[in-house]
Amino acid sequence: MKHLIIGAGAAGITAAEQLRKLDPAASITVLDGEGEAAPYARMAIPYLLSNQIVEAGTHLRRDPDHYRTLRIDIEKGRAAAVDPVASLVRLVDGRVLPYDRLLIATGSVPSREKVAGIDLPGVHTCWTLADARAIIASLRPGTRVVQMGAGFVGCIIIQGLMSRGADLTVLIRSGRMVSRMMPPKASDMIAQWCAAKGVHVMGKTQTAKIEQDGNSLKVTLTTGEILPADIYLSVVGVKPGIDFLAGSGIAMQDGIVVDARMRTNLPGIYAAGDVAESCDCVTGKSQINAIQPNAVEQARIAALNMAGGAADFVGSLAINVLDTLGLVSCSFGQWQGVEGGAGVELVDEANYRYLSLQFGDDVLIGATSIGWTDHVGVLRGLIQTSTPLGVWKERLLADPTTFMAAYLATSQKAA
Amino acid sequence: MQKSLHIDANKCTGCLQCEMACSYENYGVFITAKSRIKIFDFENEGRKVPYTCTQCAEAWCLMACPVDAIRLDAVTGAKVVNEATCVGCKVCTIACPFGTINYVAATGKVQKCDLCDGDPACATACPTGAITYVDADWTGFDKMRAWAGKTDNATRASA
Repeated sequence: MKHLIIGAGAAGITAAEQLRKLDPAASITVLDGEGEAAPYARMAIPYLLSNQIVEAGTHLRRDPDHYRTLRIDIEKGRAAAVDPVASLVRLVDGRVLPYDRLLIATGSVPSREKVAGIDLPGVHTCWTLADARAIIASLRPGTRVVQMGAGFVGCIIIQGLMSRGADLTVLIRSGRMVSRMMPPKASDMIAQWCAAKGVHVMGKTQTAKIEQDGNSLKVTLTTGEILPADIYLSVVGVKPGIDFLAGSGIAMQDGIVVDARMRTNLPGIYAAGDVAESCDCVTGKSQINAIQPNAVEQARIAALNMAGGAADFVGSLAINVLDTLGLVSCSFGQWQGVEGGAGVELVDEANYRYLSLQFGDDVLIGATSIGWTDHVGVLRGLIQTSTPLGVWKERLLADPTTFMAAYLATSQKAA
Repeated sequence: MQKSLHIDANKCTGCLQCEMACSYENYGVFITAKSRIKIFDFENEGRKVPYTCTQCAEAWCLMACPVDAIRLDAVTGAKVVNEATCVGCKVCTIACPFGTINYVAATGKVQKCDLCDGDPACATACPTGAITYVDADWTGFDKMRAWAGKTDNATRASA
């Protein structure tokens, strides 16, 4: 059996390892589109920026012989097209790789800002190790950085930029930081935190054009304001890396549509991770939850099925944890709440602490926190298991900080 | 036979010897806030509940770690954080549905119970037998693990 995996991120590597466990004789090839020393975790890049780790610290696995020992072939190259009729993948460099089972795990790619000057030198995004290297190479104390975007990536790299002495301006089109994982009040608190730490935060504006100005850049905003910059960082979100699948016949909406077994509409072809659009276990809707734990779980399920098993994915859950200049925030499930559902929001602006719990009938369906690091995992536990809260719902509405007690009382009666 | 921590909350007096022992074992100081085992105090019911990692088979933290910083100790069955490798991304802290792996801002790393290499200080320190270290099959952790199964994809058995 010839297994081919496109993508050497967390999903691709997890699937390869799982396949090896299940089938000692199979041929397993992982197509790695980046020419790095070893498969690595994008999750670790912020810590490389802040000089807390070296490049090897981003590698997915510690043992340099890991892939050789498991007889997983890491093939360098980018996929150009999938031919499902001939069961092969065509690479950009002209090579052709055949498969019996194919897993598409190409992850996300950064969205490209459509403004004049986006291809100028000095304009970067921050997604790959190569991006991080380029930023580090041009960043000195006092370097003027204009960053467009304050989503998850935009926020988590601020520490790295500031730790290297950047003079940082962050532009936010919506006016709200991490608007896709934080309620308005929580967004405001993160923005205040950044401003207090010396970041120039500019809401409700965006870049109109970028021009070269001698050795620097001139960034013109839609408001007409002009900002001088040494580096322009475009971090305006990500999208599934599925462009190469156009015309393949693989069904796609926002991402690649998969069933509970991570199968696409075409036989022998599976998808997992940030490219896969699957059922969300809270909303029941087909959506992409582009986060690490979902990626590895989907990869594990995909591999079980590729190896001839029958395993179902119960659905993904949107969970996020973000560190913005040392301020830790989390969001879980339907943190926005639902129409007619009860909810409670605790705001302590002076101490940068925030907690929001959102309920369905008798269960927790979503949560958001800032400044909480102890036992936050139980919020996931309560949401994902739809644990009936009984009397604890009212208690939590009165005092949401008692979520750990609620969890112990409702879920750990054995304790 | 692997052993695991057995917790009998009915025997807990809330003396916090376990928290102090855990803190001392791992950090050389008696600061209960640093402890990896926590006593929860249900004041209205007069009940104290010791709580820490069950070293669950699902190993949510280990699976979620993007840089391979959490490893299985083959002897004790503990899931152990390698601090030198941990980058502090905290993904494990939201992936663990038990809330038993937590971020420590002072170190920039996460921490969890590692069973003290097979000689857990909390169990040794507990004066009432509320925390014991016994053969895994014998413990009452089955119920907690059953709950872990609910969080899980119910497919592991068929795999």
